[in-house]
Amino acid sequence: MKSDKQLYDNYLKKLKKERKIVLTWQVIILAVFFVLWEVASRFYWIDPLLFSSPTKVSISVVERFSNGSMFTHLSVTLFETILGFIIGTIGGVVLATLLWSFTRFSKVMDPYLVVLNAMPKVALGPIIIVALGPGYMAIIMMGFLVSVIITTLTVYSAFNEVDPNYSKVLKSFGATRWQCFKEAVFPATMPTMISTLKVNVGLSWVGVIVGEYLVSKQGLGYLIIYGFQVFDFTLVMSSLVMIAILAAIMYKLVEKLESWLIKHTV
Amino acid sequence: MSFLTLEHVSHHYFSKTDYTKALDDISFSLKEGEFVALLGPSGCGKSTILSIIAGIMKQTVGNVLLEKKPIDESELAIGYMLQQDYLFPWKTIIDNVLLGPKINNKSTDELRNNAIKMLQEVGLSNVQDSYPSSLSGGMRQRVALVRTLINDPKVLLLDEPFSALDYQTKLKLEDLVGKLLKNYHKTAILVTHDIGEAIAMSDRILVMNANPGSIAKTFEVPIELRQSLPLTVRKHPKYQVLFDKIWEELDKREGGDIR
Repeated sequence: MKSDKQLYDNYLKKLKKERKIVLTWQVIILAVFFVLWEVASRFYWIDPLLFSSPTKVSISVVERFSNGSMFTHLSVTLFETILGFIIGTIGGVVLATLLWSFTRFSKVMDPYLVVLNAMPKVALGPIIIVALGPGYMAIIMMGFLVSVIITTLTVYSAFNEVDPNYSKVLKSFGATRWQCFKEAVFPATMPTMISTLKVNVGLSWVGVIVGEYLVSKQGLGYLIIYGFQVFDFTLVMSSLVMIAILAAIMYKLVEKLESWLIKHTV
Repeated sequence: MSFLTLEHVSHHYFSKTDYTKALDDISFSLKEGEFVALLGPSGCGKSTILSIIAGIMKQTVGNVLLEKKPIDESELAIGYMLQQDYLFPWKTIIDNVLLGPKINNKSTDELRNNAIKMLQEVGLSNVQDSYPSSLSGGMRQRVALVRTLINDPKVLLLDEPFSALDYQTKLKLEDLVGKLLKNYHKTAILVTHDIGEAIAMSDRILVMNANPGSIAKTFEVPIELRQSLPLTVRKHPKYQVLFDKIWEELDKREGGDIR
């Protein structure tokens, strides 16, 4: 007969083993991808001029980091993305709150929101650049625009889905509409708001990179377009790798923030 | 002297395509400290009556008077308990209980101590800092009761507050609520479709018609039953007599269409 403790240990061992297998596969896929890329490029299965190779990319990245140029581009893009993300998310929640506060306002706005949501925001790029000038402002605006409408709509519909009985309880105490919002509707919607954070990380990257394509003199998006124009695809690939790493780090950080927020607010 | 009065109250629900008359010419009144049960099938407008008295909805026709003043002029006079507890999951028990005072900017340390005392009175000690998710259904409904009583309401509205609980918990809670309301001398209206519960808890039973909701018949609960606790009432011989009378009345209205 096994004791309870032994059974539990077995269970833990099984969990650990499963985790190990998954991790091994993840590493294998990554390794195979880079090895295949390198080999294919060396043997001319793919055109090395167009698709570069991991060694060339890593040399280029190291070089650009050592002369400091990569760091400038990277920090510019990161700054724009984070700002676009924060303003977009907060702006979306504020707009949703306004829509909820003024029922008639939300009815009036409805068709405009539908159009704005359906429209590809990046198509507004040229107009934004003309309006705000070719610089940080225009690019941050792009990062903001891409995420703000969808945040507004998601949060607003979450506001409306909160169980009306919570408000009923508060109203029986004589609460005003604003008190109902503060005590019931807003806190009940916290989980939705937190999950929009994750979506918005990806969206803000889209806005900022496209913005940089269009106008900038600095940033990873600029590097990609520049590399494309001078036919330096190693540079394009290096920038893509940097974007992938940064976006993943930002996503992970937001995920950490999410679990912290859930623990402390819900 | 009547304490709470409904005069010819009717209510309509409007939609784009149609309207429905939920309540038709409801009139009744309660004396102070009286416990009245509204008994009827689902959809007979019982909950609508409570929402109107609580001031959450405005009746389309008629008047609701509390101490001879329209109900919307008297503040914090009404305590409302719903079918489920609707405790706020992100607030601790004590914050849930003190929600009413917070809404009305009346939170004091004295009230806080009072709340802890009342929680103990309903058998919940040392839970004030836990969250609702760690409590059982019966415990949560008791917290909801304290949350209602802490505001010292003049009238307590109970909207099937025991219907979501298992049978034993329900009987125990009926006893507890019955005792508390008698101690605090509260006027109360209980909405239910459970004949036994209505007899066990109230002084007077109003049987309702559905579509539109109206009062069909009034039963007085015998004085012996009024004075004892719900659990003992159910064992009294007069309980069964009244139960059968009300059953017959309800059955007649439904037309016995199940058989």
